[in-house]
Amino acid sequence: MFEITDPNNIQLNSEGQLKHFITTEGLSRELLTEIIDTADSFVDMSAQQVKKVPLLRGKTVVNLFFESSTRTLSTFELAAKRLSADVLNLNISTSSTSKGETLKDTLQTLEAMHSDMFVVRHSDSGAAHFIAEHVTPNVAVINAGDGRHAHPTQAMLDMLTIKRHKGDFSPLVVTIIGDILHSRVARSQIHALRTLGAAEIRVVAPNTLLPRNIEALGVKVFTNMESGLKDADVVIMLRLQKERMQSALLPSESEFYKLFGLTNEKLQHAKPDAVVMHPGPINRGVEIESAVADGHQSLILDQVTNGIAVRMAVMSMSMSGQMTEKNLKTEA
Amino acid sequence: MLIIKNGRLIDPKNQQDKVCDLYIQNGKVISIDQAPAGFSANKTIDASGHIVIPGLIDMCAHVREPGYTQKATIASETAAAVAGGITTMITPPTTKPVVDNPAVAEMIIDRAEATGLANVIPVGALTQGLQGEQLAPMHSLSRSGCVAFSNARKSIPSALVLLRCLEYAATHDFLVIFQPQNHDLTGEGCMHDDTTCTRLGLTGIPETAETIEVARCLLLVEQTGVRAHFGQLSAERSVRMVTDARKRGLNVTADVSIHHLLLTDMNVNGFNSMFHVIPPLRSQLDRAGLRHGLVTDGIQAICSDHQPHDPAAKQAPFAATEPGISGLETLLPLGLMLVEQELLSLPQLIEKLTAAPAAILELNKGSLGIGCDADICIFNPETQWQLNSDNCVSSGHNSPFMNTPLKGKVTHTLMKGEMVYRA
Repeated sequence: MFEITDPNNIQLNSEGQLKHFITTEGLSRELLTEIIDTADSFVDMSAQQVKKVPLLRGKTVVNLFFESSTRTLSTFELAAKRLSADVLNLNISTSSTSKGETLKDTLQTLEAMHSDMFVVRHSDSGAAHFIAEHVTPNVAVINAGDGRHAHPTQAMLDMLTIKRHKGDFSPLVVTIIGDILHSRVARSQIHALRTLGAAEIRVVAPNTLLPRNIEALGVKVFTNMESGLKDADVVIMLRLQKERMQSALLPSESEFYKLFGLTNEKLQHAKPDAVVMHPGPINRGVEIESAVADGHQSLILDQVTNGIAVRMAVMSMSMSGQMTEKNLKTEA
Repeated sequence: MLIIKNGRLIDPKNQQDKVCDLYIQNGKVISIDQAPAGFSANKTIDASGHIVIPGLIDMCAHVREPGYTQKATIASETAAAVAGGITTMITPPTTKPVVDNPAVAEMIIDRAEATGLANVIPVGALTQGLQGEQLAPMHSLSRSGCVAFSNARKSIPSALVLLRCLEYAATHDFLVIFQPQNHDLTGEGCMHDDTTCTRLGLTGIPETAETIEVARCLLLVEQTGVRAHFGQLSAERSVRMVTDARKRGLNVTADVSIHHLLLTDMNVNGFNSMFHVIPPLRSQLDRAGLRHGLVTDGIQAICSDHQPHDPAAKQAPFAATEPGISGLETLLPLGLMLVEQELLSLPQLIEKLTAAPAAILELNKGSLGIGCDADICIFNPETQWQLNSDNCVSSGHNSPFMNTPLKGKVTHTLMKGEMVYRA
């Protein structure tokens, strides 16, 4: 009756190149593959003596974190520095500000400093999208996690990790386990895996931690861990926040661990060469057994390394997409 | 003395639908078609090609005064109302202070009268401060002009308190308006809990947040025999429950906002805060149920659920924005879409915007029979136009229908025979 716009177009320039990176949803397989391949080349570079490339030389990157994070912030900082950008880190606690207006005000203040890129983490779903809508032209916005909506760089570093260990996505059965309801990581992984052609995507959780009609995203739902793990090639565990116990979503950590925690015993149901991943930080003994987290099937530390490379890739690609658009506009 | 000539008069209350002349004197309709003896018009409106209807009665329009005048005022919103052909607005008690004492009710009515544009009739609070604990002085509020009583979307956690409210209202034969919403199930939710919500990672509001409260209210309405009205239903199941209750002979009615008849939760795609409304836009099935309710008498009236906002209220990530659509000026053209879609005939639509709300509220308005107040809306059904930030009269520009092609535009609005709007 009234046209429903494609919200994901906001991240592409008129040539179809990335200019913001807000969500993995709606991006083409070619574009996701380009991110993975670009990141792959940066992984090897990071092992070299000189780790810097001049792709963002002279550019200012502002890490705008409204939600605290150590790991994501530091990998973004490192990624920007390896691309030779100037970096400003801003930790802005939402509790001290009234969310809405401040976000826009903060944005305007920072724009006055002529930054070229905002890396945004915010507790509200849609915050990065909102900033991308309101930012001045030619400034790139990278989503470092917004509410429960998306965490696309995390998803893409997971895709890179899977690709480096498994090669082709098409035969893979990927099982995502835990708090799907509150997980932006799971949502971004599901969209990316689907576009990249994974054979089967499964989610495993009790009904209290499953969002309504998640099947519509193209996943199979399991409430039993053993059947969800059966013959899986990739097992992704999600972090369980302790608050979930207070809000009547779960009875106790121990009951959750018993039913949905990944132990070596349960992992036997997956394929023998299955890999185990976790976006971190991990809760040992809540969602994953230490022996599994530190075991030979675990790729948790690879994920961190790959995280820097993926962030370098999307930052350089988005900046380049912005430059292309700027040049096109100047020519026109 | 005024003549409105050659317009197509649609007056559903009196089953009128014909091209005729309307004679107005001393603020009243005194004759249709035949000039009364000694009538000499000092003003003539040529309504050829236009439709002449009773001024619209909006069952739910927030005017934001007192308390939220940064968003809108009675002056600004009565001007917007008449630009939309609305001559009577019913306003919920959620002002600051709330309408729980006669002074606030009188102030609202007086301010509206001072503007001389549209009538603003307050709904009184059902409980003091809308706190859901103690009865508001309904009798005094009624004497001060409150047309009905409601706790708006504020909860009355105690079923006993709610029962007492309804018993007391029934004592005086007051109408009670429910805007059903269970607070536990609504929580921090900001949109319908379904696929779009899951994709966007927003917090959902399940249908049961409404239906549980509808069920509770209906059971207590049955017990007390109070006259009751459900405002702005959003779920198909709610419509079914109200329809069943009516079939069983309960004195209940319902309305729906125009946007719930046209939009669904899928419109929230892209985090567009203009589609942030409470109750939330629901599924296609729910929308179909609401539309079905309109034609099967489950739902009697259509309202704007007008909620003007200042720009900042909508400029934030979706969940952090304030809900509501500014809807006075689009109520009629959006309603005409229902006619274009062949859901309703034009007289049926007009009935749901005039005679039906008047009947629910027991107002002596909403018709143009002889002797009635000449509260009149004249519109050109063919005019194509768009609402935009330049022509929007309301202080609230928060409409998802801005810059959307609309058909049907109000050309004249009269209050008691006086021209209060001219396009």
